[in-house]
Amino acid sequence: MFVLIVGAGRVGSAVAKSALAAGHEVSVVDEDPLSHERLDAGQSVGWEDAQGQFTVGTALEIDALIEAGIERADVFIASTDGDNTNLIIAQIAQKRFGVERVIVRVMDPARANWYGEQGLHTISPTKHAIEMFERALQPEPA
Amino acid sequence: MYAIIVGAGKVGRNLARELIVRGHEVTLIDSSRACYLAIEEEFEHAAQYGDATELWVLERSGIQRADLVIAVTGDDEDNMLVCQVAREKYLCDRVIARVNNPRNHDHFRLLGIQPAVSATDLILRLIEHEVPSYGLVHLLALEEERLEIIELEVSADAPTVGQRLADITLPEGSLIISVLRDGAGFVPKPDTVIEGGDEVLLVLDPGLEEAITAYFTPDGRPAQA
Repeated sequence: MFVLIVGAGRVGSAVAKSALAAGHEVSVVDEDPLSHERLDAGQSVGWEDAQGQFTVGTALEIDALIEAGIERADVFIASTDGDNTNLIIAQIAQKRFGVERVIVRVMDPARANWYGEQGLHTISPTKHAIEMFERALQPEPA
Repeated sequence: MYAIIVGAGKVGRNLARELIVRGHEVTLIDSSRACYLAIEEEFEHAAQYGDATELWVLERSGIQRADLVIAVTGDDEDNMLVCQVAREKYLCDRVIARVNNPRNHDHFRLLGIQPAVSATDLILRLIEHEVPSYGLVHLLALEEERLEIIELEVSADAPTVGQRLADITLPEGSLIISVLRDGAGFVPKPDTVIEGGDEVLLVLDPGLEEAITAYFTPDGRPAQA
């Protein structure tokens, strides 16, 4: 599978590394060249030596997405730190490039729900955190 | 009319003022506390503080009854998202978006957000209008209707000079709607004769510009100043 990940923060870079380790082809786009270091951190082999790809560019830059291989991506993951950026580029991947599987990180649960209903696969870490806090607050069974 | 304006920078504030003067109801939303405090003094209850890409902020501003949503923040993703949610979730059928980076225009189009207005494009169009060497000026593009209105300067040795309108066969999908001559404009009749130095306004299907230009310039290239 060819996986394209836009946004290499903690989440994006970790998912990139595990996808690569699982044998997928992985390409990462981030606007900050420094985020490349996060891909190398803790690995015995450098990102490129392990056959990973890295492209510097902002999410809405079509040229950067094409250079990163969006046209042949099977999976597109939007994991920048901006909810709105993620929601917009996910739709670009879906509608303009016809990427089959599009997964979007959306911190705001309300937006995650509504766009989920519209057919985007949204993941809301906030929603999960809320649920975990709620569970942790419940009285422990005697 | 009830209009919600998202983004209270120079554009948003002035739009709000103009709409209020024209008797419309307006809510002006900004996500910066400092900006909100500045507009609150002037706009009072019409000013709201919040991130309008959050659904509850839009709902608090009464988006369900809005006739028009205008997104003019400095962030194109935010503008796209506000307009998309306004149209598709809250069924507000009139939205206007500001495009900050003209390269993002395609994205607005892809998501069906029209009209999307870019200051860069507007100024470019004005430059075309002011600099005659361009010859052809786009006055208006109705993208959804797939029509545009252009202005052309008629060169003195163009093939159409001296001909009656009735005798000029323009390509299918184009029509001369006005002639500007000696500083005045008029709607031409079939017996109007085209003169060198006229400016003609045409309505046409997109893509016909080049074919049309050939009728009013000596060699089919834009007229030179």
